[in-house]
Amino acid sequence: MTIISRRNALIGGAAGGGLLLAGCGKITGADAFMGSPSYQHVITAEEYWTRASQRLVLSGGAMARQFTVRDISPNFKANGTLDPGGDEYNQHVAESFSNWRLLVDGLVARPLNLSVSEIRRLPSRTQITRHDCVEGWSAIGQWTGVQLGMLLHAAGVLPGARYAVFYCADNLEGEPSKGGVQSPGQYYESIDLTDARHPQTLIAYNMNGNPLDVSHGAPLRLRVERQLGYKQAKYIHRISLVSSLAGISGGRGGYWEDRGYEWYAGI
Amino acid sequence: MATNIGDGAAGAKARDGREVIYRHTFLVRLTHWVNALTIFIMIGSGLNIFNAHPNLYWGMFGSELNHPFLTIHSIMTSSGMRGETVLGPFHFDTTGVLGWSKVGSDWTIRAWPSWITVPSFQDLADARHWHFLFAWVLVLNGFIYLAWSLGIRHVQRDLWPTVRDLKSIPRSIIDHLRLRHPTGEAAKRYNVLQRFAYLGLIALVTGMVLTGLTMSPGFDAIAPWLLDLFGGRQSARSLHFIFASLITAFIIVHLIEVGLAGPINEIRSMITGRYTVPQEHD
Repeated sequence: MTIISRRNALIGGAAGGGLLLAGCGKITGADAFMGSPSYQHVITAEEYWTRASQRLVLSGGAMARQFTVRDISPNFKANGTLDPGGDEYNQHVAESFSNWRLLVDGLVARPLNLSVSEIRRLPSRTQITRHDCVEGWSAIGQWTGVQLGMLLHAAGVLPGARYAVFYCADNLEGEPSKGGVQSPGQYYESIDLTDARHPQTLIAYNMNGNPLDVSHGAPLRLRVERQLGYKQAKYIHRISLVSSLAGISGGRGGYWEDRGYEWYAGI
Repeated sequence: MATNIGDGAAGAKARDGREVIYRHTFLVRLTHWVNALTIFIMIGSGLNIFNAHPNLYWGMFGSELNHPFLTIHSIMTSSGMRGETVLGPFHFDTTGVLGWSKVGSDWTIRAWPSWITVPSFQDLADARHWHFLFAWVLVLNGFIYLAWSLGIRHVQRDLWPTVRDLKSIPRSIIDHLRLRHPTGEAAKRYNVLQRFAYLGLIALVTGMVLTGLTMSPGFDAIAPWLLDLFGGRQSARSLHFIFASLITAFIIVHLIEVGLAGPINEIRSMITGRYTVPQEHD
């Protein structure tokens, strides 16, 4: 099966018989410009500049706003994968995740291999925060989990490590609201060590006081509160510390990043 | 230096005896045209982003599971698919434009139609790239304009209304309604409604930038007061949309007024800076 991205399809269409799509995007030259090699250069520059600005203002370790129990959304929308399915994951659901393991490996002195109940026995942090989807909606929920910084400290981060990569159990095919059919792929995410060590960055196992349900990422998910929803990877089974994101899947540091979204998702 | 649009000393007689004044300084003209292109792309890419979640809410949170006050969607009826816009209790059939419209020759479910969005096809990732790229242009251009205009006292002299201006509001409204445009000395300075419109535009663009930043989970961490100012992230998102609608209304009125006041003279003055003062009984 040939997977054609929307952009390639458009470029192909433009080359084949002229743009059928008339639009503001066409009038301003936006559509045509997107077919040119300059586009990627400009967008890369814009992403770099935007990311550098966010890094500059957030380097002080500012905390995301925390809300009260009264502010919790009555319905917290679940998005992306709602159930990873498959024999292996279904088996874990049947066993209430008693055999689920979280690996912490890569550039660490002491790789960890933890069960969910071992993680639950570690010192925990609970916070009520707002989840902002890149699509535009928001929901407020309460999260309980272990601070990722604590896990990394226990594993001993080796010099040269720059990113934490999160490997997930779900294979996502994309969402229409994010721009049509996307090529399927294993979900993964990554953050830098500044965000990994932020006190509000959790490997969460409880939501609103109950164990995570399947649609919200059971048994373990990431909370990295100063970034958008697609960074909050669900169904995590492995965290790997690496020096570079190149060579991992599409090389841009995440499922959605490989499909054109910003790696630093603070806006 | 002729920096004041009402500066009669800058006047010169054209060959036909009409008075020509130097109306717009170079930086005002440059930032005007950069802004014109930027706002066009910001609105188009903003509507493409809106299409990813075509609902608006008030408050701190909101998704389809809560109560949007505005929704643009498509519905299946006995006569086929229709586009519908729901504003509070009101339902409007907006087939062909909002909710259900043609992309090329194919009918498609999309809130805002292809002809108005940047890019024309639905793609959140690309629309965000366009939006954030031109957001930088908007902010830098706006900063240059404001710094220059405050520095040469353009804002203070030409835009900020005087007491006499305020007293002329009823007359100015009547003149505008009767499509009567000022001539002679009165045409050399902005009338009170123009002053309000241009100051209002500066306030709206400032509001766009601030509500835009309020939608950023990162920026909220360093400026949580923004959430209090606008009443939460979803309120900020709705205000972002409403301010953009008001800017669109400004642009429409602005273009109509340019057309009524003499488009060639007006547009030329924003390109070369030189404006021919309309005379009485013109």
